[in-house]
Amino acid sequence: MEGFDWASVSASLPFLMKGLSYTVQLTVVAAIGGTLWGILLALARLSGIAPLAWAAAAYVNLMRSVPLLLVIFWFYFLVPVMLQWVSGAAYPPKIGPDRSAYVTFILFEGAYFCEIVRAGIQSIPKGQLGAAYAIGLNYAQAMRLIILPQALRNMLPVLLTQTIVLFQDVSLVALLNVTDLVGAAVKIAQRDSRLVEMYTLVAVVYFVLSYALSLGVKALNRRIAIIR
Amino acid sequence: MLGLGIFGEETPDGDTTWAMSLLSGLEYTLALVALSWIVAMVLGSLLGVLRTTNRRWVVALGDAWVELFRNIPLLVQFFLWYFVIPEFVPPLKRMAVEMDPTRFQLLLSVVCLGLFTSARIAEQVKSGILSLPRGQRMAGYAMGLTEAQTYRYVLLPMAFRIIIPPLTSESMNLVKNSAVAYSIGLAELFFRTREMGEMTFRYFAAFGAATVLYVLVAFAINRVFAWLERATAVPGYLGGKR
Amino acid sequence: MTAFKQAALFACLTIVSAAAHAQALTGTLQKAKETGAITVGYRESSIPFSYLDNAGKPIGYAIDLCGKIVDAVKAELKMPNLKVNYSPVTSSNRIPLLENGTIDLECGSTTNSVARQKQVAFGPTYFVINVSAAVKKDSGIERFEQLKGKTIVTTSGTTSVPLLKKYAKAEDADFKEIYGKDHAESFLLMADGRAVAFVMDDILLAGQIANSKDPSGYRILAGSLRSEPYSMMLRKNDPQFKALVDKTIGAVMKSGEIHQIYKKWFTSAIPPKGINLNFPENAANKEAFANPNDKGVE
Repeated sequence: MEGFDWASVSASLPFLMKGLSYTVQLTVVAAIGGTLWGILLALARLSGIAPLAWAAAAYVNLMRSVPLLLVIFWFYFLVPVMLQWVSGAAYPPKIGPDRSAYVTFILFEGAYFCEIVRAGIQSIPKGQLGAAYAIGLNYAQAMRLIILPQALRNMLPVLLTQTIVLFQDVSLVALLNVTDLVGAAVKIAQRDSRLVEMYTLVAVVYFVLSYALSLGVKALNRRIAIIR
Repeated sequence: MLGLGIFGEETPDGDTTWAMSLLSGLEYTLALVALSWIVAMVLGSLLGVLRTTNRRWVVALGDAWVELFRNIPLLVQFFLWYFVIPEFVPPLKRMAVEMDPTRFQLLLSVVCLGLFTSARIAEQVKSGILSLPRGQRMAGYAMGLTEAQTYRYVLLPMAFRIIIPPLTSESMNLVKNSAVAYSIGLAELFFRTREMGEMTFRYFAAFGAATVLYVLVAFAINRVFAWLERATAVPGYLGGKR
Repeated sequence: MTAFKQAALFACLTIVSAAAHAQALTGTLQKAKETGAITVGYRESSIPFSYLDNAGKPIGYAIDLCGKIVDAVKAELKMPNLKVNYSPVTSSNRIPLLENGTIDLECGSTTNSVARQKQVAFGPTYFVINVSAAVKKDSGIERFEQLKGKTIVTTSGTTSVPLLKKYAKAEDADFKEIYGKDHAESFLLMADGRAVAFVMDDILLAGQIANSKDPSGYRILAGSLRSEPYSMMLRKNDPQFKALVDKTIGAVMKSGEIHQIYKKWFTSAIPPKGINLNFPENAANKEAFANPNDKGVE
């Protein structure tokens, strides 16, 4: 194949940008939602209440031993059925793969964030919890006011690194025909028969973005290290 | 009641049952995982070591390798290997044309997954070596060992023991990532699962079976590494008992 | 009972049944009325039937025809502001999505087959294709028989897959088969020499060739594995909507308007790149337009 044909690329830029904005949205929502869900899971695992800790551990281990691709498809089938069951409607709600992906990634990434949060919490000396109880705080207050703020700061670099992994993992939704950055490129590639050009382009764009992000995390790392 | 009979039903070609079809997919998955694990460990160890030497251009090359394979999504890497790179590498193109197409898909998947994972292994090996006290390297040199001997007899035996836990999770990740090979049409477990779902509309049965199989494989790998960790623990060191 | 009472009762019954008749919407029309929306499923790269333009909007021959149906639904329900959603589908998920109500009407390049009619219903045939194969001219291949023992590519999830398997068994042809996820991938594998032939519907092959960098380098084999009718898909057991679809598309065909729409997509320059497929109406298409029908292929 002689010569790249960049005409399709430039003509389809608006469509590609739409895909990129979906990718970014999904990454941000899943990172925030996954962190919150991960904190809840970590607290459950460390709660000392046996059934709760066991259920959380089972959930985390299951999510972490199944391919993400499989999880994405599971939720794609399950989310409409679950919503229909909850709402009691006659038809499953119209929730395309683009929207079920939000649920998928929050629940899936939660399992990974849980382990990061758990390590973060465990890095705080036990004496602090004792001290918090001594000044009359209850468990929830001690976690919210004393432990979590420090733990979250300790684990921020790891959380951000995991978010870059998430940013790349999001590309798998393209296999469910969602228009994320990769999905948009695949669609244009198929329509215009320009696979080589579009796949090269999307690789370059992804590389530049995630390399820049990883440099950002490194810089942040250095700043936090100095504060400490 | 669970409708497990579907697994005994014949596939539309009439050549086999759905259960056997999934198992043949599992075979491809295991072959892909085993071969790419070897590629990843060999390359990853080599790169990890090179990045801890003090030859600046070697370190830079190793760093570039890691950044390249770490910052492009695996799915896109599969597309590149299957559709783009053969266009620019004539020997690969020749293989693409002449080889049995299924074998070629397996070969490319092994290369793609192996190189992708090698970048991750390299990171672990590097941090394992760097976590050793500096005195160990110096002691090696003081005893008159060459650089290569110091790595072989002093640094690597300890470094590899230290990184068994992260290597465990990287190896389990490799199993999970192997499902992405379905995107270039390799008939591995996930490919067979989707095929069964689409042809029988029994998505829950198909995906349930695949989930069980993937969990079993991940669990088996986890146990093997746990055994390896116990078997190689240095007495009185590194929490031989943990 | 007096005659008067009888008459009154009769009148009441008539009114009740008339009211019931006016309200008795069922299936898709009822759903559209209740939800205030109808959802059209489209393909993203089935040129020229159903694909995306550069703005990401679905266009094509099938989309134009489905537009007629949507207009008819608006008129039937007296809901000029009925919301029309477009939802992308693939060859592998189009039937489940139609069945579970995610889409109400599929407008793409779907073969109307007897096997599929067990799950879904079809509108009138709007195009007739021949399943053939695209090869490189320099491969020297001119007939199907020459493909024995060679590597053949086709697109997964299409009717060509079982057809090819059946042909291989019947003719003892011993193909090696590989699959692309979509037609462009399959075409690339053929153009690259990784497969000798790309077996697919002739019009889709023509689209791929017209789109390629060197359209003069490929040919479509003259033979045909079989002819297949294309049509829009709707849910099974939905007589009201089926009748509306048949009436609307039948009228477009009878009035001759179909020839204009055909010309627009098959023998003129089409977006996004202004290529012309140069695929004039053949006898089978003329016959389908003259006698609208929804007969499926075995």
